[in-house]
Formats: sequence, structure tokens, C-alpha cells
Amino acid sequence: MTDKKNGFIGEKLQNLNKDGIDRRGFLECMAWVGTGLVWTVSGGIPVSRAFAAGHDRSVTKGGELSFVQISDSHMGFNKPANPDVAATLQAAVDKINGLAMPPEFLLHTGDISHLSKPEQFDNVDQILKGAKAKDVFFVPGEHDVLDDDGKSYRERYAKNSQGDGWYSFDKKGVHFIGLVNVMNLKAGGLGTLGGEQLEWMEKDVKHLKSSTPIVVFAHIPLWSVYPEWGWGTQDSEQALSYLKKFGSVTVLNGHIHQIMQKVEGNVTFHSAMSTAFPQPAPGKADSPGPMKVPAEQLRSVLGISDVNYVQGQHSLAVVDSTLG
Amino acid sequence: MKTRIGWASFVMLVMAVLILVGSARLRAADQPAGAEVKIDNFSFGPQTVTVPVGATVTWTNRDDIPHTVVSTDGVFKSKVRDTDEKFSYTFTKAGTYPYFCSVHPKMTGKVVVQ
Repeated sequence: MTDKKNGFIGEKLQNLNKDGIDRRGFLECMAWVGTGLVWTVSGGIPVSRAFAAGHDRSVTKGGELSFVQISDSHMGFNKPANPDVAATLQAAVDKINGLAMPPEFLLHTGDISHLSKPEQFDNVDQILKGAKAKDVFFVPGEHDVLDDDGKSYRERYAKNSQGDGWYSFDKKGVHFIGLVNVMNLKAGGLGTLGGEQLEWMEKDVKHLKSSTPIVVFAHIPLWSVYPEWGWGTQDSEQALSYLKKFGSVTVLNGHIHQIMQKVEGNVTFHSAMSTAFPQPAPGKADSPGPMKVPAEQLRSVLGISDVNYVQGQHSLAVVDSTLG
Repeated sequence: MKTRIGWASFVMLVMAVLILVGSARLRAADQPAGAEVKIDNFSFGPQTVTVPVGATVTWTNRDDIPHTVVSTDGVFKSKVRDTDEKFSYTFTKAGTYPYFCSVHPKMTGKVVVQ
């Protein structure tokens, strides 16, 4: 089954390479994988790999930076899709700590908690303290800003941020931009960045050289994955327009609890899996709610994803295989 | 003695029953039939409910994921509602009240008060 799945995905990717970007193609090009991704920036080219995979040092040879993205830990969720989300987050941390090449820091792309409760944040903080990488950079998911407009989230995770919690930082020549697209959502709409944040972002990147590798991370996809389920951000085009001059742009998100990737010109979009539960492929269920799998299969629907993006070649390579 | 206490008790019981029935009738007269809205599969059902002035609408979240019930015009706003939690609002003025889930804004509904 795994081989078949890989074959299917490989085929889809070949089609993508042949035909360019095709919406149906990239929607189909996905798999349930892993509990985290390791990103390595090597000469401005971000490369993602699964953490269960043997770490191939040749890929990172000469690379300066390695980090891990985790997402959607949903601490406090206890329904049948995963009655123990603390255990699977712990498993993710164990994976990270077992990496041959330790990441310098972690990115958490939101939905840290399920209901924004202090004890849920506490629980995640406690588990993440077990990671060898001490720095964790967060952006909020909609589950982290319930009822108090994100006040408690910002006090805990985004003290030195702007506005609703956006910020940027530099690591070894790579410029990281953490965006908030889960606040002030309007009826019938998608994720929203808002004018103030967009203005900030435009100024933030203005002074950077076009050779600077850019990593943007946010919770809701910054590309139109499936608007019918709210899987997109209505003003993301505006944000991306500020990044046109850069040769290497990588956009990371969570929210949809599944791997998806799209390459558009100089921009690679990548959506990470959850550490808590999978969600259905776009349109493949009545709603985007948690997808229930038999308990013994929960970790076997997790897997690994190696992604290589070569700047300027418009080609991507993804190898997916299951973990368990 | 026994008979008198028994009689008095009986009278009091009858009066209590009458009062209860009366107040129930009064309540029924004051409060028009409300409406129930169920949240299933990231949607409000029925999407539009029509109620008389004074009616209470109660929403129940039956999803595995929390939702909210927020008036688009700022008239009412629930706290986040987890699985099986309810939110009620009593509509005292005629009008159309569009609302949505502020967590999943694709979820929209409408209360029409006549």
C-alpha cells in the first residue's frame, strides 16, 4: 500500500513537473505524514525531510541552518480521533531529540491548544521543554485566540511582537516572518492578515537584499488550498506581492492537518501535518472535522516527508512513506 | 384534628397546583415558542430560523470541534462552545439577524424575528 501510495504521489509530482502548477494536481498530491518536519536551509535552498528518516548529512553539507516545524498540537482535544494528544506531542518531541542533526530551533504554526485554556498552554510548554532545541517560535491558530482576542496567547508566546502577534527575526542569513491570520475573521470569509500587518510586512522586507532567503510562517495556508472549507487567506496575495524580488521564499503553514505542497515561481508553499489528528483531504468528507482512524492506526497514518525545492528550477521532489 | 389538617393540606395542594398551572400558562403566553439550531459538520441547521418576537433561540454544538455563534452586526456573541455546549439568545425586536462562527467564518446562518 505504501509503495502504491508513493508511486501515486511520484506520478502526480511528475505530472506537476511536466505540466506546471495544476490545481487538481496539487490537491491530490498529499499524504498523511509524520509529526514534524525538519527544514534545512542550504545555500538559500530550503529542504524539508521527515524526522524519522535517516538524516542524510550530504544534503545539509555546507548548510547553515536546520529547524523543525511542528503544528496543531490541539492540547485539550480528547475525542476519538486522538484521546491522548499529549502522548503524540511527546512522541514528536522524542523524534526531534533523536535527530542526528539537531535543529537549532522549533517553529510551531499554531493551534497549540484546543480551547485557549491556560492549563492547555501549560501542558504544551511543559512537553516542549523536553526538546533539546530551546527556542520555539510561535504563531497563533484560531484555537489559541478564543474568547479573549488572543490576549493570553500574546502574553505567553508573542511578548515582543507587533499588533496581534506578528514579528520577524533573522537566523544565519535567513529572514523569518511570523504572521497572524486567525484574528478578526469576517462572516463568510477566509483567514485575514489585515491592513496594519500588511503595512508592517512591506516595511519589514523592504531593506532586505533580494538574495536573502525568506521563510514566512502562519497558521492558515497563505495559498488557496480549499476556500470552501476556509482553507486560504483572503489577503495573502498582497503579502506575497512584497516578496516578489526575493529568489527564495518558503511559506509554511498548519491548520489543515495534512501535507500539501505547491511551487509557484520563486515561492514554495508547504503545509505541515498535525501532532494531534488528521483531517480529511479537501472535499472528501462532509466537513473538515477530525478524521477518525482506528486507534492502532493513528501513528501508522503518520509518516515522513522529504521535500526538496531547487530555487529557479520550478521542480519539486517529495518522497512520502509512513512511519509506523 | 387529623381530618382538619388533612383538609387544609388538600386545599393548599389544590391551590399550589392552580398557581403552578396558571404561571405555566402565563409563561407560555409571554414567551413564544423558541427554536433550536444544531451545529453539525461545520454548519448551522437549519441555516435560517424564523421566530416571533420574544422567542429564544438555542444553538447546540454537536461537532468534535469548538464553534461560536456571533452576530454579524454585533447584537449577540457566544463564548466558545465545545462539544454539546449550548448558547441561547432571546430576540426582543423584529428584524433579520445574520450570524457566523468567528472561528470558522465560512459557517453562517440567519435568525428572522417577526
